Amino acid sequence: MNVNHRRALARGTALAGALALALTACGSSGDNAAAPAPGDAESVLEAGGEITVWAWEPTLEAVVEDFEAEYPNVDVELANVGTGNDQYTALQNAIAAGDGVPDVAQVEYYALPQFAIGESLADIGPLGAAELDGTFTPGPWSAVQQADGIYGLPMDSGPMALFYNEEVFTNLGLEVPTTWDEYLEAARAIHAADPNAYIANDTGDAGFVTSMIWQAGGQPYAVDGTDVTIDFTDEGTAKFAETWQTLLDEDLLAPIGSWSDEWYQGLGNGTIATLTIGAWMPANLESGVEAGAGKWRVAPMPQWEAGANATAENGGSALAVTEASPNKELAYAFVEYANAGDGVQTRVDGGAFPATVAELESEQFVNKEFEYFGGQKVNEVLAESATNVVEGWQYLPFQVYANSVFNDTVGQAYVGETTLQEGLADWQQLTTDYGNDQGFTVEN
Amino acid sequence: MTTTTASATTSAGRRGAGPLRTRSRRAHSVERPRRSMVLTVATGIVLIYSLVPLVWLVINSSKTQASLFGSFGLWFSGDFALWDNIVQTLTYDGGIFVRWLANTLLYVVAGAGGATALAIIGGYGLAKFTFPGKRAVFAIVIGAVAVPGTALAVPTFLMFSQMGLTNTPWAVIIPSLISPFGLYLMWTFAAEAIPTELLEAARMDGASEVRTFAQISLPLLAPGIVTVLLFTMVATWNNYFLPLIMLRDPDWYPLTLGLNAWNAQAATAGGEAIFNLVITGSLLTILPLIAAFLLLQRFWQSGLAAGGVKE
Repeated sequence: MNVNHRRALARGTALAGALALALTACGSSGDNAAAPAPGDAESVLEAGGEITVWAWEPTLEAVVEDFEAEYPNVDVELANVGTGNDQYTALQNAIAAGDGVPDVAQVEYYALPQFAIGESLADIGPLGAAELDGTFTPGPWSAVQQADGIYGLPMDSGPMALFYNEEVFTNLGLEVPTTWDEYLEAARAIHAADPNAYIANDTGDAGFVTSMIWQAGGQPYAVDGTDVTIDFTDEGTAKFAETWQTLLDEDLLAPIGSWSDEWYQGLGNGTIATLTIGAWMPANLESGVEAGAGKWRVAPMPQWEAGANATAENGGSALAVTEASPNKELAYAFVEYANAGDGVQTRVDGGAFPATVAELESEQFVNKEFEYFGGQKVNEVLAESATNVVEGWQYLPFQVYANSVFNDTVGQAYVGETTLQEGLADWQQLTTDYGNDQGFTVEN
Repeated sequence: MTTTTASATTSAGRRGAGPLRTRSRRAHSVERPRRSMVLTVATGIVLIYSLVPLVWLVINSSKTQASLFGSFGLWFSGDFALWDNIVQTLTYDGGIFVRWLANTLLYVVAGAGGATALAIIGGYGLAKFTFPGKRAVFAIVIGAVAVPGTALAVPTFLMFSQMGLTNTPWAVIIPSLISPFGLYLMWTFAAEAIPTELLEAARMDGASEVRTFAQISLPLLAPGIVTVLLFTMVATWNNYFLPLIMLRDPDWYPLTLGLNAWNAQAATAGGEAIFNLVITGSLLTILPLIAAFLLLQRFWQSGLAAGGVKE
């Protein structure tokens, strides 16, 4: 409630800011008629120029080609500087050096607050993003809004679902779990039937843990400007930690890191039976797990209360315009094209899971039958999940740091050194200290 | 058998046949060291330890992505897909691998070649000329050998970015030109390998310094040059951290960064896992280095040995 109110307020401020800027622009246009008014995308695109885009999203390549074909005066330099953290390090280096900063950067939702509060990213509300209210699903749209502005346009989203290997469940005569209690039972049955098989792999992943707490209704992070609260003692966190600790205690989770070659192997041969993961997963399964073709299906995320339908976001990223960009109007024009314009369909065709309401609701999208998933209309489940994301979640303005120390704290629980509850308490302590050192006022 | 008898006879003849000498006891000398079971086994383990990764690489570059996951790692399985993999590696993403290979070659030729040239000139000068401040240079060079290049990468990055050189090939080539170890090696090598009398003779005959250097000293330095060249080549070829922080544009990546980028694709939402290409690419990447070692090996050995013993 409180959070929603704050967000509404923030939106109001952003709009006011946009208005003020528009007014100034009008006032000054008499002095300098050549300068295009902000938001006048067509004339900016007509004038052209060169922008650099740092992104690892593979579908952007086709978008850039289409964009350059449509606006021949614009030259877009697309560079894959690394996935996630690698790119953030490069971006921070470039910003610190004040040289070589791209105009547009792909930033995951969890990392966005960090770059926004560091004033590395430009508020694109005044450039036209403020008018896009309602274009995106609520989860990603609230993720790109920080305090007083809009710091990116959602590129994809990762509403969570339960991907499962149907063969494993059929062979054992198991029902697909709809609650986490049933999930625990299924985990025991799968591992009992084959000691090499597990319901899932987990070696500790900050993104997964925060998403699970998110779904359970926990709100460990609350951010208001530089006032931050970190509290891993709420009910939602407790629910997740208890169930997951049981899974760990009984050795029901495969000690295999996600994205490793063993992981791909396990997904193919049935020794990793499910994935609770973001909606962007189908493309990865199709291209990386040939052996699993026809076996995988998608079901709604298991629930903490039978009959509920709460979900959370897992992963997903936005395209942001950097503060250092000399041509923010043009940079924004590209971002809007890619994430709210014609680029969206190109990316959906390339296998991306969109964050835009129009695409998520389109018949063509929802009714697409996936051969890999035995002809299942996978997007039905995933699009449904997108509408059920629990509201009010916030990431820390130093989440990149927090995630980097996850392994030293919570991660220890996965190797039996401590429990999740204690690990989370350590994580809270470590991030609290860091936040205070960085000039935030952090309370627990 | 024959040789054993022969050497036994020689040493017996030299020392006089003692009563304890029997056929079962072997004579040992520098040419014929004692055979040690423990040492043989230890060497064997080291040999296997260093060869297994190579064997693994060769075996697995012959597998398709699917059979990589479905088969035992240290033996062949499924279709022999090495040629397919090589073709795919060279053509994937518009042949970017070939571009990376060319970049690496550029960095090696310009960086390692330049570093070697500078080390030869510097080492020769330091070894054969006396000038004030030589001891200070010596101290700096020795100190610089002890500082790993990785530690200097970030300050170098900040400096280069102020000069606007980051994200250009220069950012990789210029730091590669500095090889304190190469300079030190050339210095000690030149001091040993070039008799000062020879230089004096050349000067007496009226050869200019440049001609003395080019025609008298350079040929004598050849083994040392090859050694330094190999060291700097390996260092530049395998360089990862420096290009990682200097380069942003994949078009300028060397192979090390490119392969890492391919590997990271598997961990990217919507990315295509291409483990088979990463493995085949790694195999292709080490081939030139292996070739260089085989071709330059004998120079290298003599280069390492020279300077080790005072004559």
